[in-house]
Amino acid sequence: MKNSFKLGLATALATMASSPLAAQDAMTFDAKVNEVFANITGPFVNLIFAPFPGTDFPWIVMWLVVAATIFTLYFGFVQFRFFKHAIQLVKGDYSDPNDAGEVSHFQALATALSGTVGLGNIAGVAVAVGIGGPGATFWMILAGLLGMASKFTECTLGVKYRNEYPDGTVSGGPMYYISKGFDELGLPGGKILAVLFSIFCILGALGGGNMFQANQAHAQIQTVMGFEFSGLITGIIFAGIVFAVIVGGIKSIASVTEKIVPIMGLLYVGAALIILIVNYDKIGWAFGQIFTGAFTGLGVAGGLVGALIQGFKRAAFSNEAGVGSAAIAHSAVKTKEPITEGFVSLLEPLIDTVVICTMTALVIVISQQLIVNPATGLYVLNEAGTAIATIGDTSGVALTSAAFGSGISWFPYVLAVAVILFAFSTMISWSYYGLKAWTYLFGEGKITELVFKIIFCIFIVIGAAASLGPVIDFSDAAIFAMAVVNIFCLYFLMKLVRTELNSYASRLESGEIKKFEH
Amino acid sequence: MTDKIVVGLDGTQTGERALSFATDLASKMTDCELLAVYVIEWSPFTFQTAEENEKRHARREEEIAMAMARIVEPAVEKLIAAGFKATGLVRHGDVAETLNRLTVKHGGSQIVVGRVSAGGFSKRIFGSSTQNLVMSADVPVTVVG
Repeated sequence: MKNSFKLGLATALATMASSPLAAQDAMTFDAKVNEVFANITGPFVNLIFAPFPGTDFPWIVMWLVVAATIFTLYFGFVQFRFFKHAIQLVKGDYSDPNDAGEVSHFQALATALSGTVGLGNIAGVAVAVGIGGPGATFWMILAGLLGMASKFTECTLGVKYRNEYPDGTVSGGPMYYISKGFDELGLPGGKILAVLFSIFCILGALGGGNMFQANQAHAQIQTVMGFEFSGLITGIIFAGIVFAVIVGGIKSIASVTEKIVPIMGLLYVGAALIILIVNYDKIGWAFGQIFTGAFTGLGVAGGLVGALIQGFKRAAFSNEAGVGSAAIAHSAVKTKEPITEGFVSLLEPLIDTVVICTMTALVIVISQQLIVNPATGLYVLNEAGTAIATIGDTSGVALTSAAFGSGISWFPYVLAVAVILFAFSTMISWSYYGLKAWTYLFGEGKITELVFKIIFCIFIVIGAAASLGPVIDFSDAAIFAMAVVNIFCLYFLMKLVRTELNSYASRLESGEIKKFEH
Repeated sequence: MTDKIVVGLDGTQTGERALSFATDLASKMTDCELLAVYVIEWSPFTFQTAEENEKRHARREEEIAMAMARIVEPAVEKLIAAGFKATGLVRHGDVAETLNRLTVKHGGSQIVVGRVSAGGFSKRIFGSSTQNLVMSADVPVTVVG
């Protein structure tokens, strides 16, 4: 219980350097790691989450949403206009059969999704709804829909400006499109910005793509085991397995995970649907709560603004639109038209945020884990006043687990396995993103790659041992720092995407680009 | 009119038998060409890691080169040595679908394949490529046992 309590406080304590609850931990290793880590990362975190002067609204949240809105308008609501076309591309309707055997649109999408679908959808949504109330879901969905345009922009550029090497391998991502794109436009500073992005990408890989995952996996293992133990143990085991995969080259572990994760994802959505179908009479009410909460706050901590910040922040953390990570994953696809990969990638925030995150939120709301004052109809805050009081004082993964458990009693066990697998697959994906940024900075080579991989494994141990507060803050801050550089550059590069979009759209209209017979 | 027989190779004994049956058949016709095809089973709907994707293009080239050198070229050489006009192809994809598509595209009048291409459990679930081909082909198919 104590662990889950800590989880609830975590995000609320955003400005505090370390959780006071950490002091209660008897394990000195964990406490020490926590203290050192919090002190080192504090200033960076404070800078990224600095509020607009005179408000509590963090500027970074605005940065992401404004960008997503600008891209949506600039590309004329591309996420709706080309939605059907995106589905046709994933189905392979426009793939040349002679290119069979290359990475397909579906495969690139699935790979990118397995990096984003994960704990953000399970734990992150619970944190958002726990603090911001059901209304946070509304803002999350809105951020997801707008984020589709950000993804579209970055993934198109990712494919267009990737590096293709003589041995047939490819490398792509923001660092490549920033430096090459700026050169093409005759703008100065591309190289410096690309280096800056790479540094933040490495931090993001170590934070959100690693420590946050290790931390939540450890929390979930503790909950299932029913007793507390040092994160050092979980950390070392996880680090060992990841080491075996990324250093030892034991591909079978990674490919098995890649195959199980989609099944887990379907199982998760399936279980959510079952709970929703059983409680079909409450779906209308739940949406009512989401809409009312979005504009009135329903008495949650921080009110309307609290719901909005939580919703936007969790959506960005979950679907990574504007962050630039997906551009790395998508750049491997075989296509003559980079823009097609942009269309495909816009499905990602839709699946991740609009579908999966909303499912989680609906289940939490419908299962009535959040305590409502029957007299006023408003939510009751916990003792500290930082989040909504829940049945059994749960939050984060534990809240989602309790919500599913109230509908399907054995589901928390499945969820525990899912959490561990999601954490693992996200780590593998991010180790790749981090490595690409690392090799961009230090060049490709066995030794430089090994150095990064070892650092990555060490951070798994730190992540599992530290308490959630500083970890979640650092993870968010590092991932959002990537978005600062990436989006700044996208504003300059978006006209290149528009040229591609106009050319493709007119050729599609004229019938020059047509479906292949299969 | 030139007839064209498409032979599905699979790198095994049955594939060899299909090839020799096709040769017999062709020798009885006045003007017959042979097209030897090897399809590398592949689906665009699988799940892969980012690293696998990155190396995919290079792997594909390797797979094609290997199948060409080990299976298709020896078969084509054998046919040419026997006095036939013959060509070879390697493609990725669903075996039945790809064989049929290539046959139609190259104006093949019939397809000759070996009997077994999948066995056991997977055959029970998905059916064998041969069965799929027989059921969906646009031209006559001969299955050699």
